[in-house]
Amino acid sequence: MTQNAVRPTPASPTPPGGHLLEVRDLHVEFRTREGVARVINGVTYHLDAGETLAVLGESGSGKSVTAQAIMGILDTPPAHVRGGQILYQGRDLLTRSEEERRQVRGTEIAMIFQDALSALNPVFPVGWQIGESLRERAGLSRADARRRAVELMDLVRIPAAAKRLGDYPHQFSGGMRQRVMIAMALALDPTVLIADEPTTALDVTVQAQIMDLLADLRRDLGMALILITHDLGVVAGVADRIAVMYAGRIVEHADVRSLYRAPAHPYTKGLLESIPRLDVRGQALSTIRGLPPNLMRIPSGCPFHPRCPYAQQVCVDEVPHDLVLGDGRTSACHFAQEVHDDRVD
Amino acid sequence: MFRFILRRLLQMVLAFFGTTLIVYALMFAGQGDPIQALAGERPVTAAQRAYLTEKYHLDATGVGGFFYRYVTYLGGLVRGDLGQSLTGRQISDILAAAWPVTVKLALIALAVTVLFGVTAGVLAAIRRAGVFDHATLVLTLLVLGIPTIVLAPLAQYFLGVRWPIFPPTAGAEPSFWALLLPGIVLGSLSLATALRLTRTSVTENLRADYVRTARAKGLVRRRIVGVHVLRNSLIPVVTFLGVELGNLMSGAIITEGVFNIPGVGFNLFRGIRTEDGPLVVGIVSVLVVVYLLSNLAVDVLYAVLDPRIRYE
Repeated sequence: MTQNAVRPTPASPTPPGGHLLEVRDLHVEFRTREGVARVINGVTYHLDAGETLAVLGESGSGKSVTAQAIMGILDTPPAHVRGGQILYQGRDLLTRSEEERRQVRGTEIAMIFQDALSALNPVFPVGWQIGESLRERAGLSRADARRRAVELMDLVRIPAAAKRLGDYPHQFSGGMRQRVMIAMALALDPTVLIADEPTTALDVTVQAQIMDLLADLRRDLGMALILITHDLGVVAGVADRIAVMYAGRIVEHADVRSLYRAPAHPYTKGLLESIPRLDVRGQALSTIRGLPPNLMRIPSGCPFHPRCPYAQQVCVDEVPHDLVLGDGRTSACHFAQEVHDDRVD
Repeated sequence: MFRFILRRLLQMVLAFFGTTLIVYALMFAGQGDPIQALAGERPVTAAQRAYLTEKYHLDATGVGGFFYRYVTYLGGLVRGDLGQSLTGRQISDILAAAWPVTVKLALIALAVTVLFGVTAGVLAAIRRAGVFDHATLVLTLLVLGIPTIVLAPLAQYFLGVRWPIFPPTAGAEPSFWALLLPGIVLGSLSLATALRLTRTSVTENLRADYVRTARAKGLVRRRIVGVHVLRNSLIPVVTFLGVELGNLMSGAIITEGVFNIPGVGFNLFRGIRTEDGPLVVGIVSVLVVVYLLSNLAVDVLYAVLDPRIRYE
C-alpha cells in the first residue's frame, strides 16, 4: 500500500551516496549499581528521506534506547554511549556539543512517545504545550503560537480543535492524547519523526486510526519515519523496511514483503509464527521458548542461541556476522540461508 | 467547586460548635468553685457572691446549667462578643493587640521557610547525591530532631546573649528586627520539612516522562526544570505551606514564651496558667475558625494548582 505511493521529493539535502540518517555500530551501556548492562551492541541502520523504517523487537531489545541515543535524550547516568556514530545529513551527532544537539531536536528530528498521558505535562493545557516549541524555538508570539497550535490540532484531526486548546491532557481520550503528542512533534516541521510505540497504550481500533494518521502525515509532509514497535501487525501496512532487534543488535534487516514472505533469522521466524492466524484452524499458537537475555550476562556467540531451534555448537562459540542475502537483506545468523529457505507456510 | 466550598462551610459550622463545646466543657465543667477561683485566696462576701452568681449565670446547676451557660456564651460569640477575661479586659481587645504580632511572626517564619527551604530543596534535587544534597540532609535531620523547647533557648542564648546579634527578647510592640530570630527559630522546623518535601518532589518529577518529552522538544534545561518540573513539584509543597501558615497563625506558645512576644500563643498560655476560662475559650474559638478557613483555602488552592483535582 504505502510503499508504492508516489513520494514528494525529499525536503532536506542528503549528501550524495549517503543516507538522511545513519546509525553506525552504536554501543550503549547502562552503568548501574548491580553492574554494567550492554543495552546496545553495535546497532547499524539507516533511514532515507521520505521512507518508513520499522524497528521491531521485544521490550528490552534496545529499540527505544537507540532512538533516544539519536535524539540525545538518554539519561546519563546511567546510560553511556560507548562507541559508534549517528550521522544526520552526513554529520556525526555524537561529536557535536549539547547545545548543537538541542538545536536538532524538534526542528530536524522529533519524537513521540508510548504513553501520551504521562508523556504530556499534566498541569499545562494542550494548546500551551503544542505552542511552547513555537514560542520558545521559533520565536512566535503567543497569539501566533495559539493560531498555529489550532492548525496543528486540525492537521492531526482533533475535532473542534479551537475549543479544546485550553483542555488538559487528562480531559482527552487515549487516541486524542496521542494526536496531541503528534501535533506537538510536528510543530517545528521536522525532517525525521521517531514514533516510539505510538499505539501500544491504545485500543485496537484506535491503533489503526493512529497508524493511518502517521502514514498520511508522513506522505503529506514528506517526512521520514522511524516506527518503533513490538507488534508485527502494526508494521505490515505502513513500513517500507524492517529492522529486527534482539539483545541490542539488529538481527535481521529486510524490506517488508520479503521479510513476511521468508524470514531469514530464527527470531523473526518465531515472531511471525507466534501471530495468531485466522485462516488456520485448530492449531496451537506457537511461541518462542525462554526469555530475552539478561543484558548484564548476554549469552556467548549468538545471543539468541539458548532459545533457537536451529542452534548448533557454532552458535555458542561464534558471534554471527551479518549475512547478505541480496536485495539489501541481511541476517545475523549462521544458518540464515537455511532459515530463509525453510519457509513459513 | 461552588458546591464543594458550600459543603465545606457547612461542615465548618459543625466543627466550630463541636470544638467550642469541648473546650468550654474542659475549662468550666471541672471547676469546683469558680467564684472562689476568681477571688483566689481572698474571702468572698455574700454580696459579691450573689453578684457574680447572677453575672455568670451560676445559679443554674448540673448539666442543664452547663448547657445554659454554654448557649448563652455562644449567643454572645455569634454576635461577635467574645466576652471579658477574668482580668476584666475585653477578649476582643486582647486579640486585637496580640494577633498582629503573631501574624508578623508567622509571615517571617513562612518567608524563611520559602526562601531557604524551597530553594535549597530544589538545588538539592538538581544536584542529587552531591555535597550540597548530603549537607542539607544532615542539617535538616538535626533541626527536625531538636524540639523547639530546646532550639529556642539555645538560639536565644547564643545569638541574643553570648554574641548579641539579635535582641534576646521582644517585649511589647516588637520591631521586625526583634521578631527575626524568633521567626527563624519558628520557621526552622517547617523549613526542614519543606526542604525534604521539595527535594523529594523535584527528584520524582525530574524522572517523569514529560521531562523526556520536554527534552525531545529541544527546550533548554533551565526552562525544563524552571517551568515544567517546578510547576508540578510545587503542588505538594504549596499545600504543605498553606497548612503550615494556618498552624503558625494560631500562635507559637513555646517560641512566643521564650522570646517574650505578646502574641496569641503567649496570651493563650497565660490564660491556661491563670485558669482564665473565658480567655482560653475565646482565643481557641477564634483559632478554630482561622484553622478551618486556612484549611479550606488550601483545598481550594490545591484544585487551582492541579487541574486533575476536581471537587464535586
